[in-house]
Amino acid sequence: MAGLRYLLFLGCAIPYRMPSYEVSARKVLERLGVEIVEMPEFNCCGLPLDSVDHDAMLVLASRNLCLAEQKGLDILTLCPGCAGTMHKVNMKLQEDKKLKEHINGFLNEIGMHVEGGKIRVRHLIQALSEDIGLDKIKETVVKPLADLKVAEHNGCHVLRPAKYIGFDDPENPVLLKRLIEATGSECLDYLYETDCCGAPIIGVNDKIPLYLAGDKLRNIKAVKADALITVCPFCHMMFDINQSRIERLLSEKFGIPVIHYPQLLGLAMGFTPKEMALNELRVDATKILNSK
Amino acid sequence: MSEKNVVPEKFNREVKMRDFDPQFKRNLRKVPCFQKLRLCFQCGTCTADCPIARFSDVYHPRRFLRMTQLGMKDRVLGSEALWLCAACFTCVDHCPQGVDIAGVLRALRNMAVAEGIVPPVFRELTGNILKTGYAYRIPALRLKKRIERGLPVLPKANMNDVAKLFDVLAISKVMKKENR
Repeated sequence: MAGLRYLLFLGCAIPYRMPSYEVSARKVLERLGVEIVEMPEFNCCGLPLDSVDHDAMLVLASRNLCLAEQKGLDILTLCPGCAGTMHKVNMKLQEDKKLKEHINGFLNEIGMHVEGGKIRVRHLIQALSEDIGLDKIKETVVKPLADLKVAEHNGCHVLRPAKYIGFDDPENPVLLKRLIEATGSECLDYLYETDCCGAPIIGVNDKIPLYLAGDKLRNIKAVKADALITVCPFCHMMFDINQSRIERLLSEKFGIPVIHYPQLLGLAMGFTPKEMALNELRVDATKILNSK
Repeated sequence: MSEKNVVPEKFNREVKMRDFDPQFKRNLRKVPCFQKLRLCFQCGTCTADCPIARFSDVYHPRRFLRMTQLGMKDRVLGSEALWLCAACFTCVDHCPQGVDIAGVLRALRNMAVAEGIVPPVFRELTGNILKTGYAYRIPALRLKKRIERGLPVLPKANMNDVAKLFDVLAISKVMKKENR
Protein backbone atom coordinates (compact mmCIF):
# COMPACT_ATOMS: atom_id res chain seq x y z
CA MET A 1 0.00 0.00 0.00
CA ALA A 2 3.05 2.20 -0.12
CA GLY A 3 2.60 5.52 -1.84
CA LEU A 4 -1.17 6.04 -1.68
CA ARG A 5 -1.90 9.40 -3.27
CA TYR A 6 -5.26 11.07 -3.75
CA LEU A 7 -6.57 14.29 -5.14
CA LEU A 8 -8.69 15.71 -2.31
CA PHE A 9 -12.09 16.96 -3.45
CA LEU A 10 -13.51 19.10 -0.62
CA GLY A 11 -16.89 19.94 -2.12
CA CYS A 12 -18.98 22.85 -0.88
CA ALA A 13 -20.63 21.75 2.37
CA ILE A 14 -17.43 20.97 4.28
CA PRO A 15 -15.67 24.35 3.76
CA TYR A 16 -19.06 26.00 4.33
CA ARG A 17 -19.85 24.53 7.74
CA MET A 18 -17.79 21.44 8.71
CA PRO A 19 -14.13 22.44 9.26
CA SER A 20 -13.96 19.91 12.14
CA TYR A 21 -14.49 17.07 9.64
CA GLU A 22 -11.79 18.36 7.30
CA VAL A 23 -9.24 19.11 10.04
CA SER A 24 -9.60 15.65 11.61
CA ALA A 25 -9.60 13.79 8.27
CA ARG A 26 -6.43 15.52 7.09
CA LYS A 27 -4.55 14.71 10.33
CA VAL A 28 -5.67 11.08 10.33
CA LEU A 29 -4.76 10.56 6.66
CA GLU A 30 -1.34 12.10 7.25
CA ARG A 31 -0.73 9.74 10.18
CA LEU A 32 -1.65 6.82 7.90
CA GLY A 33 0.98 7.95 5.41
CA VAL A 34 -1.53 8.91 2.72
CA GLU A 35 -0.37 11.71 0.44
CA ILE A 36 -3.01 14.37 -0.21
CA VAL A 37 -2.75 16.48 -3.36
CA GLU A 38 -4.87 19.65 -3.36
CA MET A 39 -7.09 20.42 -6.33
CA PRO A 40 -5.85 23.66 -7.94
CA GLU A 41 -9.50 24.50 -8.58
CA PHE A 42 -12.81 22.67 -8.77
CA ASN A 43 -16.54 23.30 -8.92
CA CYS A 44 -19.60 21.87 -7.17
CA CYS A 45 -19.89 18.10 -7.78
CA GLY A 46 -23.22 18.71 -9.52
CA LEU A 47 -25.54 16.86 -7.12
CA PRO A 48 -27.70 19.89 -6.16
CA LEU A 49 -28.38 20.50 -9.86
CA ASP A 50 -29.56 16.95 -10.64
CA SER A 51 -33.14 17.83 -9.71
CA VAL A 52 -33.04 21.02 -11.78
CA ASP A 53 -31.23 19.84 -14.90
CA HIS A 54 -29.74 16.35 -15.20
CA ASP A 55 -27.34 17.46 -17.95
CA ALA A 56 -25.99 20.24 -15.71
CA MET A 57 -25.19 17.67 -13.01
CA LEU A 58 -23.44 15.42 -15.53
CA VAL A 59 -21.41 18.31 -16.94
CA LEU A 60 -20.30 19.73 -13.57
CA ALA A 61 -19.34 16.25 -12.30
CA SER A 62 -17.50 15.51 -15.57
CA ARG A 63 -15.52 18.74 -15.36
CA ASN A 64 -14.19 17.65 -11.96
CA LEU A 65 -13.43 14.18 -13.33
CA CYS A 66 -11.51 15.85 -16.17
CA LEU A 67 -9.32 17.75 -13.71
CA ALA A 68 -8.49 14.46 -11.95
CA GLU A 69 -7.87 12.65 -15.24
CA GLN A 70 -5.41 15.38 -16.23
CA LYS A 71 -3.51 14.78 -12.97
CA GLY A 72 -3.84 11.02 -13.29
CA LEU A 73 -4.92 10.73 -9.64
CA ASP A 74 -7.89 9.09 -7.89
CA ILE A 75 -10.31 11.51 -6.25
CA LEU A 76 -10.85 11.28 -2.48
CA THR A 77 -13.89 13.00 -0.98
CA LEU A 78 -15.15 13.37 2.57
CA CYS A 79 -18.74 13.90 1.40
CA PRO A 80 -20.80 10.88 0.27
CA GLY A 81 -22.88 13.15 -1.99
CA CYS A 82 -19.83 14.24 -3.97
CA ALA A 83 -18.38 10.70 -3.98
CA GLY A 84 -21.62 9.02 -5.08
CA THR A 85 -22.38 11.59 -7.77
CA MET A 86 -18.93 11.69 -9.35
CA HIS A 87 -18.45 7.91 -9.06
CA LYS A 88 -21.79 7.24 -10.78
CA VAL A 89 -21.05 9.70 -13.57
CA ASN A 90 -17.56 8.21 -13.96
CA MET A 91 -19.09 4.72 -14.41
CA LYS A 92 -21.87 5.91 -16.73
CA LEU A 93 -19.39 7.70 -19.00
CA GLN A 94 -17.38 4.51 -19.23
CA GLU A 95 -20.33 2.22 -20.06
CA ASP A 96 -22.32 4.58 -22.31
CA LYS A 97 -20.41 5.92 -25.33
CA LYS A 98 -23.38 8.03 -26.49
CA LEU A 99 -23.60 9.75 -23.12
CA LYS A 100 -19.88 10.45 -23.20
CA GLU A 101 -20.20 12.05 -26.62
CA HIS A 102 -23.14 14.12 -25.39
CA ILE A 103 -21.21 15.38 -22.34
CA ASN A 104 -18.03 16.05 -24.31
CA GLY A 105 -20.14 18.20 -26.63
CA PHE A 106 -20.65 20.55 -23.66
CA LEU A 107 -17.07 20.26 -22.37
CA ASN A 108 -15.78 21.16 -25.84
CA GLU A 109 -16.93 24.72 -25.14
CA ILE A 110 -14.24 25.02 -22.45
CA GLY A 111 -11.59 22.97 -24.27
CA MET A 112 -11.97 19.90 -22.07
CA HIS A 113 -12.58 16.23 -22.81
CA VAL A 114 -13.65 13.55 -20.31
CA GLU A 115 -12.74 9.86 -20.66
CA GLY A 116 -14.62 8.22 -17.80
CA GLY A 117 -13.35 5.23 -15.85
CA LYS A 118 -9.74 6.40 -16.12
CA ILE A 119 -9.46 7.31 -12.46
CA ARG A 120 -11.45 6.22 -9.38
CA VAL A 121 -13.62 8.28 -7.05
CA ARG A 122 -13.38 7.20 -3.42
CA HIS A 123 -15.16 8.27 -0.27
CA LEU A 124 -13.05 8.45 2.90
CA ILE A 125 -14.47 5.21 4.37
CA GLN A 126 -14.08 3.38 1.06
CA ALA A 127 -10.42 4.42 0.97
CA LEU A 128 -9.92 3.51 4.65
CA SER A 129 -11.58 0.07 4.35
CA GLU A 130 -10.41 -1.03 0.93
CA ASP A 131 -7.28 0.92 -0.04
CA ILE A 132 -5.58 1.48 3.31
CA GLY A 133 -7.02 -1.52 5.15
CA LEU A 134 -7.98 -2.35 8.73
CA ASP A 135 -4.56 -3.81 9.59
CA LYS A 136 -2.75 -0.60 8.77
CA ILE A 137 -5.35 1.42 10.72
CA LYS A 138 -5.05 -0.85 13.76
CA GLU A 139 -1.26 -0.35 13.74
CA THR A 140 -1.76 3.39 14.24
CA VAL A 141 -4.15 2.99 17.18
CA VAL A 142 -2.12 3.68 20.30
CA LYS A 143 -4.90 4.76 22.68
CA PRO A 144 -7.81 2.34 22.14
CA LEU A 145 -11.16 3.83 23.12
CA ALA A 146 -12.27 0.80 25.11
CA ASP A 147 -15.51 1.25 27.12
CA LEU A 148 -16.89 3.59 24.50
CA LYS A 149 -20.14 2.34 22.97
CA VAL A 150 -21.23 4.13 19.80
CA ALA A 151 -23.76 3.80 16.97
CA GLU A 152 -23.04 4.45 13.29
CA HIS A 153 -24.92 6.18 10.48
CA ASN A 154 -23.63 5.51 6.97
CA GLY A 155 -24.26 8.19 4.35
CA CYS A 156 -26.73 6.78 1.78
CA HIS A 157 -24.56 7.70 -1.19
CA VAL A 158 -21.60 5.68 0.12
CA LEU A 159 -23.76 2.56 -0.32
CA ARG A 160 -26.56 3.18 -2.81
CA PRO A 161 -27.51 2.54 -5.56
CA ALA A 162 -25.69 -0.76 -5.04
CA LYS A 163 -25.52 -1.38 -8.79
CA TYR A 164 -23.16 1.56 -9.24
CA ILE A 165 -21.46 1.96 -5.87
CA GLY A 166 -20.63 -1.70 -5.18
CA PHE A 167 -19.28 -0.97 -1.68
CA ASP A 168 -20.31 -3.02 1.36
CA ASP A 169 -23.83 -4.45 1.70
CA PRO A 170 -26.40 -1.62 1.80
CA GLU A 171 -28.92 -3.92 3.54
CA ASN A 172 -26.51 -4.77 6.33
CA PRO A 173 -23.50 -2.47 6.13
CA VAL A 174 -20.58 -3.66 8.27
CA LEU A 175 -17.48 -1.88 6.97
CA LEU A 176 -17.97 1.36 8.94
CA LYS A 177 -18.64 -0.83 12.00
CA ARG A 178 -15.31 -2.60 11.46
CA LEU A 179 -13.58 0.80 11.15
CA ILE A 180 -15.18 1.90 14.41
CA GLU A 181 -14.18 -1.33 16.15
CA ALA A 182 -10.60 -0.75 14.99
CA THR A 183 -10.50 2.23 17.39
CA GLY A 184 -11.28 -0.10 20.28
CA SER A 185 -14.86 1.09 20.77
CA GLU A 186 -17.94 -1.06 20.48
CA CYS A 187 -20.45 -0.40 17.67
CA LEU A 188 -24.09 -1.06 18.58
CA ASP A 189 -26.99 -2.01 16.30
CA TYR A 190 -30.22 -0.02 16.44
CA LEU A 191 -33.65 0.06 14.82
CA TYR A 192 -33.89 1.65 11.34
CA GLU A 193 -30.10 1.92 11.27
CA THR A 194 -29.81 2.10 7.47
CA ASP A 195 -32.51 4.77 7.01
CA CYS A 196 -31.63 8.11 5.43
CA CYS A 197 -31.27 11.14 7.76
CA GLY A 198 -33.61 13.24 5.60
CA ALA A 199 -31.17 16.15 5.15
CA PRO A 200 -31.57 16.43 1.34
CA ILE A 201 -35.14 17.74 1.69
CA ILE A 202 -34.35 20.37 4.34
CA GLY A 203 -35.47 23.60 2.69
CA VAL A 204 -38.33 21.91 0.84
CA ASN A 205 -39.97 20.53 3.98
CA ASP A 206 -38.18 20.80 7.33
CA LYS A 207 -40.59 18.84 9.50
CA ILE A 208 -40.24 15.44 7.82
CA PRO A 209 -36.43 15.30 8.15
CA LEU A 210 -36.59 16.57 11.74
CA TYR A 211 -39.09 13.82 12.68
CA LEU A 212 -37.05 11.25 10.77
CA ALA A 213 -33.73 12.20 12.37
CA GLY A 214 -35.52 12.45 15.75
CA ASP A 215 -36.80 8.90 15.32
CA LYS A 216 -33.26 7.71 14.63
CA LEU A 217 -31.88 9.61 17.66
CA ARG A 218 -34.58 7.99 19.83
CA ASN A 219 -33.58 4.53 18.59
CA ILE A 220 -29.91 5.34 19.21
CA LYS A 221 -30.68 6.51 22.74
CA ALA A 222 -32.68 3.33 23.33
CA VAL A 223 -29.58 1.16 22.87
CA LYS A 224 -27.64 3.47 25.23
CA ALA A 225 -25.01 4.59 22.72
CA ASP A 226 -22.54 7.17 24.04
CA ALA A 227 -22.26 8.84 20.64
CA LEU A 228 -23.27 8.64 17.00
CA ILE A 229 -20.56 8.33 14.34
CA THR A 230 -21.17 9.92 10.93
CA VAL A 231 -19.19 10.16 7.68
CA CYS A 232 -21.20 12.83 5.89
CA PRO A 233 -21.45 16.62 6.38
CA PHE A 234 -25.22 16.55 5.72
CA CYS A 235 -26.00 13.69 8.11
CA HIS A 236 -23.82 15.45 10.66
CA MET A 237 -25.76 18.69 10.22
CA MET A 238 -29.04 16.78 10.72
CA PHE A 239 -27.96 15.02 13.93
CA ASP A 240 -25.59 17.56 15.51
CA ILE A 241 -26.50 21.09 14.38
CA ASN A 242 -30.23 20.30 14.27
CA GLN A 243 -30.36 18.17 17.41
CA SER A 244 -31.60 21.00 19.64
CA ARG A 245 -34.26 21.88 17.05
CA ILE A 246 -35.39 18.24 16.99
CA GLU A 247 -35.49 18.15 20.79
CA ARG A 248 -37.72 21.24 20.84
CA LEU A 249 -40.03 19.88 18.14
CA LEU A 250 -40.48 16.47 19.77
CA SER A 251 -40.28 17.73 23.39
CA GLU A 252 -37.69 15.05 24.05
CA LYS A 253 -34.10 15.21 25.29
CA PHE A 254 -31.43 13.22 23.43
CA GLY A 255 -28.04 14.79 24.22
CA ILE A 256 -26.23 12.42 21.88
CA PRO A 257 -22.82 13.72 20.73
CA VAL A 258 -22.31 13.29 16.97
CA ILE A 259 -18.70 12.62 16.02
CA HIS A 260 -17.11 12.51 12.57
CA TYR A 261 -15.43 9.12 12.07
CA PRO A 262 -11.93 10.61 11.57
CA GLN A 263 -12.31 12.43 14.91
CA LEU A 264 -12.92 9.09 16.63
CA LEU A 265 -10.00 7.46 14.84
CA GLY A 266 -7.78 10.46 15.60
CA LEU A 267 -8.49 10.18 19.34
CA ALA A 268 -7.50 6.51 19.21
CA MET A 269 -4.33 7.54 17.40
CA GLY A 270 -3.46 9.74 20.37
CA PHE A 271 -4.45 13.14 19.03
CA THR A 272 -5.95 15.46 21.65
CA PRO A 273 -9.68 16.35 21.51
CA LYS A 274 -8.62 19.91 20.65
CA GLU A 275 -6.49 18.69 17.72
CA MET A 276 -9.51 16.75 16.46
CA ALA A 277 -11.64 19.93 16.79
CA LEU A 278 -14.04 18.11 19.11
CA ASN A 279 -14.83 21.44 20.78
CA GLU A 280 -16.45 22.62 17.55
CA LEU A 281 -19.32 20.13 17.72
CA ARG A 282 -22.69 21.54 18.74
CA VAL A 283 -23.56 18.70 21.15
CA ASP A 284 -20.79 18.50 23.76
CA ALA A 285 -18.67 15.41 23.04
CA THR A 286 -15.89 16.05 25.55
CA LYS A 287 -18.02 14.78 28.48
CA ILE A 288 -18.22 11.22 27.25
CA LEU A 289 -14.46 11.11 26.77
CA ASN A 290 -13.67 12.53 30.20
CA SER A 291 -15.96 10.07 31.97
CA LYS A 292 -14.31 7.08 30.26
CA MET B 1 -45.42 7.50 18.70
CA SER B 2 -47.42 6.86 15.59
CA GLU B 3 -45.36 7.34 12.48
CA LYS B 4 -48.29 8.15 10.23
CA ASN B 5 -49.84 11.59 10.04
CA VAL B 6 -47.01 13.34 11.80
CA VAL B 7 -46.89 15.69 8.85
CA PRO B 8 -50.51 15.89 7.70
CA GLU B 9 -51.03 17.26 4.22
CA LYS B 10 -53.94 17.23 1.83
CA PHE B 11 -54.10 14.80 -1.04
CA ASN B 12 -56.92 14.95 -3.57
CA ARG B 13 -58.06 11.40 -4.33
CA GLU B 14 -60.59 12.40 -6.96
CA VAL B 15 -59.41 11.71 -10.52
CA LYS B 16 -61.09 13.00 -13.69
CA MET B 17 -60.66 11.87 -17.30
CA ARG B 18 -59.25 15.28 -18.22
CA ASP B 19 -56.36 14.67 -15.81
CA PHE B 20 -54.86 12.21 -18.29
CA ASP B 21 -52.58 13.75 -20.92
CA PRO B 22 -51.76 11.25 -23.71
CA GLN B 23 -49.12 13.56 -25.21
CA PHE B 24 -47.25 13.60 -21.88
CA LYS B 25 -47.18 9.78 -21.94
CA ARG B 26 -45.88 9.72 -25.50
CA ASN B 27 -43.12 12.22 -24.67
CA LEU B 28 -41.99 10.12 -21.72
CA ARG B 29 -41.19 7.14 -23.96
CA LYS B 30 -38.20 9.08 -25.34
CA VAL B 31 -36.62 9.64 -21.91
CA PRO B 32 -34.34 6.72 -20.92
CA CYS B 33 -35.32 6.42 -17.23
CA PHE B 34 -39.00 6.10 -18.11
CA GLN B 35 -38.53 3.08 -20.34
CA LYS B 36 -38.77 0.63 -17.44
CA LEU B 37 -41.61 2.54 -15.80
CA ARG B 38 -44.25 0.44 -17.61
CA LEU B 39 -42.89 -2.59 -15.71
CA CYS B 40 -44.16 -1.17 -12.39
CA PHE B 41 -47.03 -3.36 -11.16
CA GLN B 42 -47.73 -1.30 -8.06
CA CYS B 43 -46.42 -3.75 -5.47
CA GLY B 44 -45.62 -0.79 -3.20
CA THR B 45 -42.16 -1.93 -2.07
CA CYS B 46 -40.81 1.55 -2.85
CA THR B 47 -43.32 3.23 -0.55
CA ALA B 48 -43.05 0.59 2.19
CA ASP B 49 -39.27 1.00 2.35
CA CYS B 50 -39.15 4.78 1.85
CA PRO B 51 -37.86 6.57 4.97
CA ILE B 52 -39.63 9.79 3.93
CA ALA B 53 -42.99 8.03 3.33
CA ARG B 54 -42.88 6.84 6.96
CA PHE B 55 -43.45 10.47 7.93
CA SER B 56 -45.54 11.79 5.07
CA ASP B 57 -49.00 10.99 3.79
CA VAL B 58 -48.45 12.68 0.44
CA TYR B 59 -45.03 11.52 -0.63
CA HIS B 60 -45.57 7.93 -1.75
CA PRO B 61 -43.26 6.94 -4.63
CA ARG B 62 -45.73 4.28 -5.84
CA ARG B 63 -48.40 6.95 -6.32
CA PHE B 64 -46.05 9.02 -8.51
CA LEU B 65 -45.21 5.99 -10.64
CA ARG B 66 -48.90 5.20 -11.25
CA MET B 67 -49.85 8.82 -11.95
CA THR B 68 -46.96 9.05 -14.43
CA GLN B 69 -47.97 5.78 -16.12
CA LEU B 70 -51.46 7.24 -16.55
CA GLY B 71 -50.11 10.51 -17.92
CA MET B 72 -51.41 12.75 -15.15
CA LYS B 73 -49.04 15.54 -16.13
CA ASP B 74 -50.39 18.50 -14.16
CA ARG B 75 -50.97 16.52 -10.99
CA VAL B 76 -47.44 15.10 -11.11
CA LEU B 77 -45.47 18.16 -12.18
CA GLY B 78 -47.43 20.57 -10.00
CA SER B 79 -47.17 18.43 -6.87
CA GLU B 80 -45.15 19.79 -3.97
CA ALA B 81 -44.58 16.21 -2.86
CA LEU B 82 -42.52 15.61 -6.00
CA TRP B 83 -39.74 17.50 -4.22
CA LEU B 84 -39.77 15.30 -1.10
CA CYS B 85 -37.60 12.47 -2.44
CA ALA B 86 -34.32 12.55 -0.49
CA ALA B 87 -32.50 10.48 -3.15
CA CYS B 88 -31.38 7.79 -0.69
CA PHE B 89 -31.91 5.22 -3.49
CA THR B 90 -33.43 2.59 -1.17
CA CYS B 91 -36.37 2.19 -3.59
CA VAL B 92 -33.99 1.76 -6.54
CA ASP B 93 -32.18 -1.07 -4.74
CA HIS B 94 -35.42 -2.75 -3.61
CA CYS B 95 -37.66 -2.52 -6.71
CA PRO B 96 -38.36 -6.11 -7.90
CA GLN B 97 -39.02 -4.81 -11.42
CA GLY B 98 -35.77 -2.86 -11.69
CA VAL B 99 -37.46 0.52 -12.11
CA ASP B 100 -35.08 3.42 -11.43
CA ILE B 101 -37.65 5.11 -9.22
CA ALA B 102 -35.40 7.91 -7.93
CA GLY B 103 -34.35 8.50 -11.55
CA VAL B 104 -37.98 8.79 -12.67
CA LEU B 105 -38.69 11.31 -9.90
CA ARG B 106 -35.57 13.27 -10.80
CA ALA B 107 -36.61 13.35 -14.49
CA LEU B 108 -40.10 14.52 -13.48
CA ARG B 109 -38.51 17.31 -11.43
CA ASN B 110 -36.45 18.34 -14.47
CA MET B 111 -39.70 18.53 -16.46
CA ALA B 112 -41.34 20.64 -13.74
CA VAL B 113 -38.34 23.00 -13.84
CA ALA B 114 -38.65 23.30 -17.64
CA GLU B 115 -42.25 24.42 -17.00
CA GLY B 116 -40.96 27.07 -14.61
CA ILE B 117 -41.70 25.27 -11.34
CA VAL B 118 -38.58 25.54 -9.16
CA PRO B 119 -38.77 25.37 -5.34
CA PRO B 120 -36.94 28.36 -3.79
CA VAL B 121 -34.19 26.21 -2.23
CA PHE B 122 -33.21 24.79 -5.63
CA ARG B 123 -33.37 28.26 -7.17
CA GLU B 124 -30.95 29.44 -4.48
CA LEU B 125 -28.51 26.51 -4.88
CA THR B 126 -28.48 26.93 -8.66
CA GLY B 127 -27.96 30.69 -8.30
CA ASN B 128 -25.03 30.09 -5.93
CA ILE B 129 -23.38 27.72 -8.41
CA LEU B 130 -23.92 30.21 -11.23
CA LYS B 131 -22.32 32.98 -9.19
CA THR B 132 -19.51 31.15 -7.35
CA GLY B 133 -19.18 27.63 -8.77
CA TYR B 134 -20.03 26.31 -5.30
CA ALA B 135 -23.45 25.30 -3.96
CA TYR B 136 -23.07 27.60 -0.94
CA ARG B 137 -21.84 31.15 -0.66
CA ILE B 138 -18.99 30.69 1.78
CA PRO B 139 -18.47 33.89 3.86
CA ALA B 140 -15.06 35.59 3.49
CA LEU B 141 -14.52 35.29 7.25
CA ARG B 142 -14.72 31.50 7.06
CA LEU B 143 -12.21 31.46 4.20
CA LYS B 144 -9.86 33.59 6.33
CA LYS B 145 -10.35 31.31 9.35
CA ARG B 146 -9.29 28.31 7.23
CA ILE B 147 -5.90 29.88 6.68
CA GLU B 148 -5.54 30.94 10.34
CA ARG B 149 -6.00 27.33 11.44
CA GLY B 150 -3.52 26.03 8.87
CA LEU B 151 -5.93 24.67 6.25
CA PRO B 152 -5.05 25.24 2.59
CA VAL B 153 -6.67 28.16 0.77
CA LEU B 154 -10.01 27.18 -0.79
CA PRO B 155 -9.43 27.85 -4.50
CA LYS B 156 -11.85 30.06 -6.43
CA ALA B 157 -13.81 28.04 -9.00
CA ASN B 158 -13.04 28.76 -12.65
CA MET B 159 -16.03 31.01 -13.25
CA ASN B 160 -15.12 31.55 -16.87
CA ASP B 161 -15.64 27.83 -17.52
CA VAL B 162 -18.72 27.56 -15.30
CA ALA B 163 -20.39 30.51 -17.06
CA LYS B 164 -19.63 29.08 -20.51
CA LEU B 165 -21.08 25.70 -19.52
CA PHE B 166 -24.22 27.29 -18.11
CA ASP B 167 -24.66 29.22 -21.36
CA VAL B 168 -24.79 26.05 -23.44
CA LEU B 169 -26.83 24.19 -20.84
CA ALA B 170 -29.44 26.93 -21.03
CA ILE B 171 -30.60 26.31 -17.46
CA SER B 172 -29.77 29.93 -16.75
CA LYS B 173 -32.72 30.76 -19.04
CA VAL B 174 -35.05 28.51 -17.06
CA MET B 175 -33.86 30.08 -13.83
CA LYS B 176 -34.73 33.54 -15.12
CA LYS B 177 -38.35 32.49 -15.70
CA GLU B 178 -40.72 33.51 -12.93
CA ASN B 179 -41.41 30.85 -10.29
CA ARG B 180 -44.98 29.80 -10.91
